[in-house]
Amino acid sequence: MSDSPATAHGALAEAVNPHGEHPSYLRHHFQSVEQQADTTNFAMWLFLLTEVMFFGGLFAAYLIYRNWYYPAFVAGSHQLNVGWGTANTAVLIFSSFTMAMGVWCSETRRKNGLVLCLILTFILGTCFLGIKTIEYHEKWEKHHIPGMHYSLQSFLNPASDPDIAQYHDKPLPLDMARHTELYFFLYFAMTGMHALHMIIGIAILGYMIFRARAGAYTSGHVTFVENFGLYWHFVDIIWIYLFALLYLISRHQ
Amino acid sequence: MSEQAQHEGHQHHVTSPVLYIIILFSLLVGTALTVWASFIDLHAWNPVIALAIATSKAMLVVLFFMGVKYSTKLTKLTLIAGVFIFLGLISMTLADYMSRAWGRW
Repeated sequence: MSDSPATAHGALAEAVNPHGEHPSYLRHHFQSVEQQADTTNFAMWLFLLTEVMFFGGLFAAYLIYRNWYYPAFVAGSHQLNVGWGTANTAVLIFSSFTMAMGVWCSETRRKNGLVLCLILTFILGTCFLGIKTIEYHEKWEKHHIPGMHYSLQSFLNPASDPDIAQYHDKPLPLDMARHTELYFFLYFAMTGMHALHMIIGIAILGYMIFRARAGAYTSGHVTFVENFGLYWHFVDIIWIYLFALLYLISRHQ
Repeated sequence: MSEQAQHEGHQHHVTSPVLYIIILFSLLVGTALTVWASFIDLHAWNPVIALAIATSKAMLVVLFFMGVKYSTKLTKLTLIAGVFIFLGLISMTLADYMSRAWGRW
């Protein structure tokens, strides 16, 4: 530390003018803006890895139960609407793109562009939740939400359910049909936890839009936008896997 | 000064919007592809293909949208170590569950 002339000089300058020698957003326990940016980036990745482990537990539970109660999980999966799932995947990919463009606007100091990108990301995130609500409502109407009012009708008598006519499902025996409730429990746990991440992300986006309009993030300090972008893209990746595992892999069994 | 900068941190990389647009379209094509593949009966290969496409999409997001391709060695190493441990935990858990009740699921 003492052999660095920049630090010694900085300490001297600080006594006169606290922020004369470096940008005001450089915290004093870092040596340079680059070091500060690398450190926060590293911390963000550590946080995202804990999130990977958290969702990983849910994915592991899903894979194990899908192997144990395979016919129930296939029948449960047939209840999901692939059209809505695909639409939501596209919406989320677009929102990741607008977020990446937001980071670019922040890096190249385009205030209006950044505000626009953040607003678009906000709108697309809200669209995703809207489509998810339509899907959840469908499950509510058909009594496919685990609990007291859960209905086995679509699984004991698939012919009575016009939504799954295309799959020509055979009726499940009662004990296997009951395990479809487990599929829907995991479906709501995984998509619900993902939706909670979206809601938190949208709330932070609202705060960022407010701050960006006041000129924040476009004066060289991009760390907050960049790290939020990492979070938002991570949530996108979780959905990419949820879409494949919940909607797509059981269509032909 | 430049030597010092190399030790303290790396220069901030700015990815061009053109690359972001290319990634956007690749991801949309990947989504169309995986939905299309799910309509074809490939038996045991359906899940394999769906997960392979999902993983390539995730790779594009991680490398370009999240900028890992241009990040520090520390970030790359952290990510690889994390994913490695995650896959280890998943495969060991699955191996245990499958072998314990072999033939009785």
